[in-house]
Amino acid sequence: MNKILIYLELNNNIFKRSSLELITAANNLTTKENIFGLIITKNEINDDILKKYGLQNLIIVNNLPLDNYSSSAFSKIVNQIARQLNIDLLLFSGNATGLELAPKVSVLLDAAYSADTIGLEKVNEELIISKPVYAGKAIIKLKLNKQIKVLTLRPNIFTAKEDNIENINKEVYNVEISENDFKEKVLEVKRNEGKLDVSEADIIVSGGRGIKGPENYYLIEELAKVLGGAVGASRAVVDAGWRPHSEQVGQTGKTVSPNLYVAVGISGAVQHLAGMSSSKYILAINKDKEAPIFKVADYGIVGDIFQIVPKLIEKIKQIKG
Amino acid sequence: MKILVCISKVPDTTTKINVGEDKKSIDSKGVKFILNPYDEFAIEEGLRIKEQKGGEVTVLTVGDESNQDILRTALAMGADNAVLVKASYDFDSFQVANNIANYAKKYNPDLILLGRQSIDFDSFQVPSLLATLLDFPSVSVVSKLTIDSNKIIAERDIEGGKEIVETSLPCIISTQKGINEPRYPKLPDIMKAKKKNIEEFPFENTNKYVEILSLQLPDKKRVGKIVGDSDNEIQEIVNLLHNEAKII
Repeated sequence: MNKILIYLELNNNIFKRSSLELITAANNLTTKENIFGLIITKNEINDDILKKYGLQNLIIVNNLPLDNYSSSAFSKIVNQIARQLNIDLLLFSGNATGLELAPKVSVLLDAAYSADTIGLEKVNEELIISKPVYAGKAIIKLKLNKQIKVLTLRPNIFTAKEDNIENINKEVYNVEISENDFKEKVLEVKRNEGKLDVSEADIIVSGGRGIKGPENYYLIEELAKVLGGAVGASRAVVDAGWRPHSEQVGQTGKTVSPNLYVAVGISGAVQHLAGMSSSKYILAINKDKEAPIFKVADYGIVGDIFQIVPKLIEKIKQIKG
Repeated sequence: MKILVCISKVPDTTTKINVGEDKKSIDSKGVKFILNPYDEFAIEEGLRIKEQKGGEVTVLTVGDESNQDILRTALAMGADNAVLVKASYDFDSFQVANNIANYAKKYNPDLILLGRQSIDFDSFQVPSLLATLLDFPSVSVVSKLTIDSNKIIAERDIEGGKEIVETSLPCIISTQKGINEPRYPKLPDIMKAKKKNIEEFPFENTNKYVEILSLQLPDKKRVGKIVGDSDNEIQEIVNLLHNEAKII
């Protein structure tokens, strides 16, 4: 491939970590002068972090007729930029925005698209892509038979690596976009206030049926708190109404890849494993030593969770001082 | 209102996956196939909108003859018409979207509903591909939908919250768990659905964009350190989290 375009995203005007992961993934494929970051925003941005992770070219689009996000309008903007720059590979984060936007861009560019990339390598100038299928029970390798290729990368799989550069070339591009292109408009973003979301957390502590009732969930919350992580839940716990659906990890909930996933009283049904088995480290605590969760765990403690979790909290506090 | 609901057939999540002889696909022997769970929400949402506002619900799937059963499930739930875009060979997601678009151009729906993802390849892509092919607006992963004449307000799940999105008909919505509780078809309706006509629509066989090179089972499990619940053993795990995983 010759030229790569990276779709960058902001959260509270700070570049998302998943965007930095795209920079590293691109730097592994080609030389820096052939990699272009694209940010679409009316805000003033600070690009220090982009330099730190080795992005040499930044394209800024700010002549937007509306403040709202719109996947239709933004897909047209990416299309225009990619065509002007003769891009042949586009990388998006596999989050809510990327999964919705990237396929739209692929159609406009007459490109081929593949989602949920967990491996990316160049073999004889050919891009070979790995992706989990069937709830992670199998992995496929594939190639895309189109000149232009669009991919989303699963967050937290491609680790962002620091790669300092001195200067970043910034250029503001004007795009032709009108209010009518905003076919759908985001009116409002409602954040789950004061709560770290499982899809954005480095550490997740989830409870399952073994927690026995919502009144015992404080154990999960306390363990999450000492670890500095988010609270998750299994489907059983959500279906029972003990926890909100936003916390559910698994096939009908969220797919996560944190650095540490702690499963407390979760047996590990395949639907749950589909949502968390790509975590870097997994700690399982369960009374049944035959529970399937132990087959994917790096660390496991067999026994009564109501005895184990308080001791675990104490010992972690001691280490953290 | 004319509502088109697009559904697909997938292996049951609990099915054991074995690699097929071609080493590129699964061995479908003994695999139980089901209606994609997210598509049940799409069918239910279509039926509820029809019950409120009138109109008709047409269900469509792309695949071979064996897909008749999921179409009949949708008919038993209350869909008015069923369409099989008949393809007896492998196809990729772009071809699925392209064939749905072909049918939609003829049918002219006001609303197209799909599940947020099919649980075989988990790509979330057909709603967006279809939207761009038809030049329709779309909102993905919707857990609440309100339609007021032409105006649509959709709540969409994102990381750490929800987006409230405004759009207008005709449009495409992909459904998320929580949007409704799908109904179970009743026995008399299941019997009636068996006799209903299923329309066939020709499949346009364009080039495949995605070429699968291999399908493998994931690397064998992690070698886990599993201990009992004594104080020392719990301490050992905490030490490993500290020194080996370097997490605390």
